[in-house]
Amino acid sequence: MVNLLSKLCGKISPLSIKEYKESGGFEGLEKAIFKMSPKEVIDEVKNSNLRGRGGAAFPTALKWNFVAMENSEDKFVICNADEGEPGTFKDKVLLDGCPFQVIEGMIIAAYAVGANKGYIYIRGEYPKSKEILISGVKILQEEGYLGNKILGKDFSFDIEIRSGAGAYVCGEETALIESIEGNPGRSRFKPPYPPNKGLWGKPTLVNNVETLANIPVILSIGSEEYKKYGTESSTGTKLLSVSGRVVNKGVYEIEFGTTLKEVVYDICEGMEEGKKIKFVQLGGSSGACLPESLLDTKLDFDELRKLEIGLGSGAVLVVDDSICVVDFVKNATKFFDHESCGKCTPCREGNKHIIKILDNLTNGEGTERDLKLLNEIAMVMKQASLCGLGQAAPTALLTTLKYFEDEYKNHIKYNCPAGTCSLKEGVAINV
Amino acid sequence: MSKVDINIDGINISVEEGTTILEATKELNIDIPTLCYHPDQTIKGSCRVCVVDIENQVNLSAACCTPVWAGIKIRTNTKKAREARKLVLDLILADHNQECLSCVRNGNCELQDLCMELNIRDTKIEKINHKLPIDDSNPSIVRDESKCIKCGRCITACHDVQGVGAIYNVDRGSHMRISTPPGKKLNEIPCVYCGQCINVCPVGAIYENNDIQKVWNALDDESKHVVVQIAPAIRVSLGEEFGEEPGSIVTGKIVSFFNRVGFDKVFDTNFTADLTIIEEGHEFLHRLNNGGKLPMFTSCSPGWVRYVEYFYPELLENVSSCKSPQQMFGALVKSYYAQKNNIDPKDIVVVSIMPCTAKKAEAVREEMNDSGYQDVDIVLTTRELGQMIKESRIMIKELPEEEFDNPLGISTGAAAIFGATGGVMEAALRTVYEVVTGEELSNIDFVSLRGIDGCKEATVKVGDLDVNVAVANGLENARKILDMVKEGKADYHFIEIMCCPGGCIGGGGQPILGTNEIKEKRIKAIYDIDSMSKLRKSHENPVVKALYEEFLKEPLGEKSHKLLHTHYSPKS
Ligand SMILES: Cc1cc2nc3c(=O)[nH]c(=O)nc-3n(C[C@H](O)[C@H](O)[C@H](O)COP(=O)(O)O)c2cc1C
Ligand code: SF4
Ligand code: SF4
Ligand code: SF4
Ligand code: SF4
Repeated sequence: MVNLLSKLCGKISPLSIKEYKESGGFEGLEKAIFKMSPKEVIDEVKNSNLRGRGGAAFPTALKWNFVAMENSEDKFVICNADEGEPGTFKDKVLLDGCPFQVIEGMIIAAYAVGANKGYIYIRGEYPKSKEILISGVKILQEEGYLGNKILGKDFSFDIEIRSGAGAYVCGEETALIESIEGNPGRSRFKPPYPPNKGLWGKPTLVNNVETLANIPVILSIGSEEYKKYGTESSTGTKLLSVSGRVVNKGVYEIEFGTTLKEVVYDICEGMEEGKKIKFVQLGGSSGACLPESLLDTKLDFDELRKLEIGLGSGAVLVVDDSICVVDFVKNATKFFDHESCGKCTPCREGNKHIIKILDNLTNGEGTERDLKLLNEIAMVMKQASLCGLGQAAPTALLTTLKYFEDEYKNHIKYNCPAGTCSLKEGVAINV
Repeated sequence: MSKVDINIDGINISVEEGTTILEATKELNIDIPTLCYHPDQTIKGSCRVCVVDIENQVNLSAACCTPVWAGIKIRTNTKKAREARKLVLDLILADHNQECLSCVRNGNCELQDLCMELNIRDTKIEKINHKLPIDDSNPSIVRDESKCIKCGRCITACHDVQGVGAIYNVDRGSHMRISTPPGKKLNEIPCVYCGQCINVCPVGAIYENNDIQKVWNALDDESKHVVVQIAPAIRVSLGEEFGEEPGSIVTGKIVSFFNRVGFDKVFDTNFTADLTIIEEGHEFLHRLNNGGKLPMFTSCSPGWVRYVEYFYPELLENVSSCKSPQQMFGALVKSYYAQKNNIDPKDIVVVSIMPCTAKKAEAVREEMNDSGYQDVDIVLTTRELGQMIKESRIMIKELPEEEFDNPLGISTGAAAIFGATGGVMEAALRTVYEVVTGEELSNIDFVSLRGIDGCKEATVKVGDLDVNVAVANGLENARKILDMVKEGKADYHFIEIMCCPGGCIGGGGQPILGTNEIKEKRIKAIYDIDSMSKLRKSHENPVVKALYEEFLKEPLGEKSHKLLHTHYSPKS
């Protein structure tokens, strides 16, 4: 565990600008706007190797550069605070614990890319956090950190708070943009990407809360110092939201390079009494399920890529062996069937059929053919869906088919290893 | 625009930057399958049957919405792409009510075509199709959601082209459907019955209320005197239903067909189009000279009339009180024609063949029975006429060309152009000019009012006055002009509005798929008919003249008012 990003959370009173400044707040912003050109700010972020914390791990400076290069009177910065990924609650910690840090990150981003207007899109289920943000923005407007001529410089930027109606897909950046525009939250196809054509067709930077919270840190301590945290390919720290059958659940800041085993057994002090670990789902419901044998995997973008998986939002769900994999995946798929926007065929139709087939399996009516079909539907969803929701929805299915194939096969033979499915012999068809 | 070098299936080509993969493959004569893509609409990228493989990319890309970049290597025919397309189609089929044999689109269905082209021989995925009740609540449009493949084209037509927004996406995930507002049917909302949604639907999920059997019944009934009229736009489009080139003119063969199946008289809506010009032209001059409400809007497009009743009731007084040519025809047949031929109007059945679904609803409007009977009894669309001809087993292509019957079959070139956007205005100007000035108009071709542009305008010197006219087609374009009029920002005197893009040749009852390219060909044919006509001005129609002498007496006279004019009421 480290204390880089979240060091002020819980330590200062969140809306006290005095305490924030006394703890080094706004040093990064002042350094940026008084001593650096926008390009130098981007270069500093680039040198830090920061990658997006919203799920896709896209290099942050590269995205900033796309927006900065656009020629447009209006540009927008959106802070993605939708935090809809099940099992993810780390952005809330930052928003509630140190809202000024996130907003400071937004202001620096706006300065770097040349934006004049920002939005924080906050999850509807976080009404308290929303109030804090509204007060925070008001305070910063009064103190001259937001509005016209920020800190007397020829740089103006203001922020509005918006919130979603609770649809998961609204966390996807283009659906989020649609939602801010007042339309139903449905993803757009990309390209054009938001940095070229985003909100109201203007260049738009969308960054996750945690990504933005890194910015003041990088600027105040410098990218070289920042890079001392983490690994070569994955610099800095990551907030994990740990839930499931471990003793200490919660949000933890770790350095990249920490292994899952360390997370489960050291940081979270192991499994709850009497529980045996079965797998860890990494990155929320759209994340991969890793069996116990892979717990030595380091949380590092390159390491994970070797396994063809991602870190996602940094959710870590620890699942014990009383849970049936097939049933677990069925429930996850139900979530996606409910949350799919319904626009594209693979995701709209695919989830439904996966649920149907998994139902067959958990009812003792599954066949070998079903397993093959599951894989085919999952692949077409992954490969051909319009947005990240449909592409990632079958991840749990695909990874469990890979690591827990036997458990699926056992269900065809009327055997549920976890003992939770009632599989009567003799009711199967087509075997 | 600069060019980029790309490679498709091993072939190097150079295309404009920003070209989509779909466009680029067309240049190499590769026909990527599509479903939600429509050449005249914005790109949706939602059906995903157009996926292709791109080198060094794990996932597939949709060809319709992915622009190429320099050096991109595209493979259109890999196993991965082929199998994904098939499975996507399979997923669509699993939620599709596949009753092809009794489907209105059997034989002209993009889904059917695709299944054939992609070699779908068996389907793997279990059918889960929720049969929702069919909405046939109104005289014009039927929606069968069990056939909807959720491509979203109808929504684009209804929202972006027509600006109506009667149907939209409701719900999410696998429950997403295209629907009217929850709990409401089409007749309970401001759907204008234009049928533009039908024209773009790739499958049989929206279609017209079928009235063919009613026509057969009338023809089979010895006691009925059955009279048919065909609208100006039918003759240039019906051929498409029989594989003729778009823009083929098949007037004489249609007349022949009607004679063969036993219609008592075969007349022409073009006759009453000429009459409309006389009445509407005089109404315009009357408003102009007596301080009446201006600008005056044309009133021959029932979808437009329904639209203004719903959305701009404050402008209703600006709408001409003239009935549409279809309705004038019905009223005249059941009065003038009946008297002249000593037939009891109760025994007359008026059938009209229209390019339009809204005409079906117009015919049953309460106001439309000034002859004492419903003016028009049965309305068929062009597509239904095509179906009826097929059902009759008469090979229309082989029929001789025959002439319309007298007297209501005589018309001028001015009437013919009613079928295309700008045509009514052009026809009106030809007449108004000569009525006002008493001089012959030297150039009767108002070329600036022609073509499928959404909004057109012209200023014409009529005597001492510069008459400012405007023409709009498609209701979203109409809305722009209406807003200007409402805000007092427009100084037009006379405005033609056609509900459908391109005018009646693009009507909601026309052969599918009437793309813009096809519409242009139909329009050309319309103007060919005009230029080949001996008489090209409505006031020169000898039968119209006789009609005034014998029966109506004068334009806007008492009889005209009773039979040929109507009124409108605000709807909400
Ligand atoms: C279905 C879906 C849901 C998402 N939800 C979130 C979210 O709640 N918060 C978030 O920051 N990013 C979310 N994302 C990722 C965003 O689209 C986007 O990549 C991210 O906000 C970019 O920020 P970053 O570059 O700082 O990571 C989601 C993506 C998908 C496909
Ligand atoms: S993948 Fe799912 S959520 Fe994304 S556009 Fe398609 S249906 Fe909508
Ligand atoms: S819509 Fe097409 S595929 Fe569907 S039933 Fe009709 S003809 Fe067959
Ligand atoms: S008929 Fe016209 S108004 Fe009605 S739903 Fe179709 S497109 Fe919309
Ligand atoms: S009704 Fe037709 S056009 Fe509309 S979404 Fe369904 S299939 Fe597409």
